[in-house]
Amino acid sequence: MAERRHVRRPPLLPVAIIVVFVAVAGLAGVASPADPYAQHLRARLAPPIWSEGGAWTHPLGTDRLGRDLLSRILYGARVSLAAGVVTVALAGAIGGGVGLVAGYFGGRTGALLMRVTDATLAFPIILLALLLAVTVGPSFTNVVVAIALILWARYARVIYGEVVSLMERDFIAQARAIGASPARIIAFHLFPNTANTLIVLVSLQVGYVIIVEAALSFLGAGIPPPTPAWGSMIAEGRDYITSAWWVSLFPGLAILLVVLAFNLVGDWLRDVLDPRLGQF
Amino acid sequence: MRRFLAVRLVQSLTTLLLLSLAVFILARATGDPLSLVLPMAATEEDYTNARRYLGLDRPLPEQYLSFLAKAVSGDFGTSLRARRPVNELLRERFPNSLKLAAFSMTVSLLVAFPLGVAAAVRRGTMVDTVAKTVAGLGQALPTFWVGIVLIEVVAGRLQWLPAGGTGGLAHYVLPGFTLGWFVLAGLMRLLRSSVLDVLDADYVRTARAKGASERAVIWRHALRNALIPVVTFAGVSFAILVTTAVVVETVFAWPGMGRLAYEAITGRDFPVIQAVVLVTGAVVAAVNLTVDVLYVWIDPRIRYG
Repeated sequence: MAERRHVRRPPLLPVAIIVVFVAVAGLAGVASPADPYAQHLRARLAPPIWSEGGAWTHPLGTDRLGRDLLSRILYGARVSLAAGVVTVALAGAIGGGVGLVAGYFGGRTGALLMRVTDATLAFPIILLALLLAVTVGPSFTNVVVAIALILWARYARVIYGEVVSLMERDFIAQARAIGASPARIIAFHLFPNTANTLIVLVSLQVGYVIIVEAALSFLGAGIPPPTPAWGSMIAEGRDYITSAWWVSLFPGLAILLVVLAFNLVGDWLRDVLDPRLGQF
Repeated sequence: MRRFLAVRLVQSLTTLLLLSLAVFILARATGDPLSLVLPMAATEEDYTNARRYLGLDRPLPEQYLSFLAKAVSGDFGTSLRARRPVNELLRERFPNSLKLAAFSMTVSLLVAFPLGVAAAVRRGTMVDTVAKTVAGLGQALPTFWVGIVLIEVVAGRLQWLPAGGTGGLAHYVLPGFTLGWFVLAGLMRLLRSSVLDVLDADYVRTARAKGASERAVIWRHALRNALIPVVTFAGVSFAILVTTAVVVETVFAWPGMGRLAYEAITGRDFPVIQAVVLVTGAVVAAVNLTVDVLYVWIDPRIRYG
């Protein structure tokens, strides 16, 4: 890359945001001021404290069922974190595996696998997720599976390219010459050489997955209610936005902060580990 | 070139075939579409009749082949919900999506180009910061949330623009902007890093050494080569645009393919789902093919076998 950024230190603020986000997701049960499911029908759509009529009992106000918004946002972090991390891990494993196998064997196997990869790339993620949600019913597992089933193709493409060029290198020929099995070459020679790329690709997409999960929950195809998820909270607040703007506003800000933080850290990781990747 | 075209064309068709198979299997994997279509009081006999009428009683491979043969000739069957030919629905909705996509793509390009190039040329200045912020926010803001906020503020409180539906140019602004922002972000980041790359190249130094004006160096020498990665990315951009459109069209009540897909999927309208996914897949494949051809044309160093 021509752009030699002299950033070798991690971006502090984004890292701090991610640390807080992970801590909140883990400790939501202790950190939340209230039960995220408890309904207080007398305190429906209560405004945040700095607005007129706000009170310390509900710092960010309440939703249409009088549930504490702050607690729901803290609990919602769990869904976003789990969806983001589990999905990219699954997609990374599938994509990395397909890329390695296709690149190592090449020929017809490689061509066939790459054809499947291309077909997958042409499939809009949201359509598959909606399809699964309707046929199998919306659930956390379906969201993760639907996104991972599409996302792996992006990793497979890049890893395949890397493996194809690695196969030309001497150390692979030498490993073959001493009689290493395909499985051994893939696991001990090819995989370590593509691991950095995979880590970068995967970390660059945690934010994207969090957004897609939120979009699915917003459309009613994600995490089913009453579990607090940021996307469905925004959808619930949509009908009251004129009078109770806070219900939709705060979960949106939470998504923005977390995704921005993950994207900035992903950029930094790419600069440090794999500057050749460029913009992905 | 002709051989390259032929190979790419066969590849695109194989991709579409795989896509059609995947869609078909997924759409029938679970759930009986009839339980949503027929009234609660329907008898077993009603079910059998309806199944025979819709051809759902035949073996799956047969259903797939007949679906494929008809799809190739442009016949996608009848919508289970609207009770109208899927073709008609597509003809109504497709142009709307196309217009919205064209509008937001134009906006994206108009912003991404000057801002992306300026950010690279004046790296580290205000312009660069603005560009980075616009791109960073575009990739981190959930589109549906941007849509809702815009509807509330611009259409609701300020009453400047219509909140949804189709009509004159004013109706395009909010959904077009919402859809365009996300696409613009990736495009601009790519353009910026690509121009930065090229500005370091030897031929740019040579052009400068010859005494070419800075403007000529950037626009004539640098930008042309910087465009190559951007063109490659165009196909991916388009797939992102299509995916994002489902959400944006739903939020803004835009009668396009995205909203049609959403309605069809929530109503388990198989024929419509299949048609929407296949048509979308075909358009994405066509865009990718065009991109590949453009790529060879822009960059004569590349020769495909």
